[in-house]
Amino acid sequence: MSDEPLLLFEDVSKIYPLPAGDVVALDRVSLTVDPGEFIAVMGPSGSGKSTLLNMMGCLDIPTSGKIYLSGREVSSMSDDDLTRIRRDQIGFVFQQFNLIPLLSAIENVEFPLLLTAGRAENRRRAGEVLAAVGIGASHFFHRPGELSGGEQQRVAIARALANDPDLLLCDEPTGNLDSKTGTLIMELLAAENRRGKTVVIVTHDPEVAAYARRTIRLVDGRIV
Amino acid sequence: MIFFSFAVRNLKRHWIRSSLSIIGIIIGVVAIASLGIMGNSINLLVANVITDVGDTVVITPHTAFVGTFAGDPRTATDAAIPSREVAEIRRAANPHRTIPVLQGADEVEFGRGRSGYARIIGLAPGDIPALLNLAEGQYPRQNQPGALIGIHLAREYGIAPGARLRIGGESIRVAGVLAERGLAFDINPDYAIVVPDSWYENHFGVSDAYPVVIVRVSDIDEIDTVKEAIESRLNRRKEVVDVADSREILRQYKEVYRQITVFLLAIGGISLVIAAVNILNVMYISVTERIREIGVMRSIGAQRRDILRIFLYEAMILGLIGAIIGGVVSAASGYLISVVALDLVTAGMAFGEGLTVFDPGAVGYIIFGMAFGVATSIAAGFYPAWRAAHLNPIDAMRAR
Repeated sequence: MSDEPLLLFEDVSKIYPLPAGDVVALDRVSLTVDPGEFIAVMGPSGSGKSTLLNMMGCLDIPTSGKIYLSGREVSSMSDDDLTRIRRDQIGFVFQQFNLIPLLSAIENVEFPLLLTAGRAENRRRAGEVLAAVGIGASHFFHRPGELSGGEQQRVAIARALANDPDLLLCDEPTGNLDSKTGTLIMELLAAENRRGKTVVIVTHDPEVAAYARRTIRLVDGRIV
Repeated sequence: MIFFSFAVRNLKRHWIRSSLSIIGIIIGVVAIASLGIMGNSINLLVANVITDVGDTVVITPHTAFVGTFAGDPRTATDAAIPSREVAEIRRAANPHRTIPVLQGADEVEFGRGRSGYARIIGLAPGDIPALLNLAEGQYPRQNQPGALIGIHLAREYGIAPGARLRIGGESIRVAGVLAERGLAFDINPDYAIVVPDSWYENHFGVSDAYPVVIVRVSDIDEIDTVKEAIESRLNRRKEVVDVADSREILRQYKEVYRQITVFLLAIGGISLVIAAVNILNVMYISVTERIREIGVMRSIGAQRRDILRIFLYEAMILGLIGAIIGGVVSAASGYLISVVALDLVTAGMAFGEGLTVFDPGAVGYIIFGMAFGVATSIAAGFYPAWRAAHLNPIDAMRAR
């Protein structure tokens, strides 16, 4: 790998025009994320954490400024290209787990693989990733509703890892879990980071942030 | 493919809702197909029954032409064309043959104590062979009065040439049985008795009053010339007669039945539109319920067209199932409706015998109905699917 940053934000602003006046969610944020980093993004509600994470995940584009992912400018890409990047290079883990209720555990993990045309042995790969996050084969064909919160979040992490992304983005991944299960999930993410995966976590919880090696604090859309 | 199985699972999850949508489509498809078949059967029936006498001009008194065609009974009773005008027609139509027709009805005794009312048609003996063909027997001769009996009447009462009938108490010998003619625009002798004009005038005590005058035009291209000649000679000052040729009447008939078919199809179409609105509604609910799921799928890399596909598959599956069931049901119900319709229209007649209900036209309507059902479902699913595909993933995930 080169020493090129994985993510580069240059003066990125996001402004939501509202009738009551524009809301500045991000205010000229510049930052870099290097490959292999483990970063926690902290800050009070409304400080722009989620907006920052959405920008990193190519779910949203800035009002001004530029974002580069692996050296490619993504801030002006088409929806199709951004979707392809999300599919191939980004893994998302959500606070609400957000598994697809109609699909079994293994199908949920298979889903991003199936979106990638021409990929063989999807089922086997999905099984491997599920096993790696600690889901036993007996649970592979359970629907999300039949799994505990911790199990659902493991499946969600497996789904995020299925396409072997460059960047794992987690939005309050332990927010809906008890502290013991939360710790297990954090151990899992830390293990992924040790294996070389770049991880960015948005959190309120200092204990969660303690797993990270760098913390970015946001207040009113600015890094402090 | 996972998107297809996705669609199937979602439809199964809401199976009541899905079934109701499918029932809507079935009703629409059945309505279109069976009403189409019904219209088609009526068309077939008319085409089979009506004798296309392409070389005939039919002249009726103007005031009497309140019915739909010259065979209307009112034509016979309301007014008539006097001999003076018949002579005018004859001159105008020369050299084509002009045939004045007398028509009435009387009680007929067929023998063995059986009797009933029948139409009596009076024709000049010389004109009869020009107009009507014989199945058996002979044409009546000038000096030997005899009746010709319509084939259906003859069959019904078992009448053969040589038998005697009593028409209104007056005896007459049956000279021959007429060949089947079908429903024609000039005269319909299949259920009638044809007698010489002199006998008719004596019997009914009428003369000089012809409800219909027929002109046989030897060359079809001259029909318009003949019509114009008659019109200009008789209708110069005021409308005295109505002049129609059989092609024109047949064309009007076909137009009427074509409109009936279109009307029936339109009724079917309306029910399918209602079914489409139902599908639109169901799909819309489905999109709204799954808005978050759609956002998640988009955020983990599903393209807009993938989302579009999931929802279009749902609409298509609903449409296909509805169309297939609807096709089967309409084949059955169309058959029943046609049989009943044929029965009603041809009640007591032999015309409808041997008519096939399932000709290619009817099958065409079933296929048309099914294709229309599927197409309508997909069209109805398109807007909700498009809306789902164009949701902003961030907003969609935040919903609810």
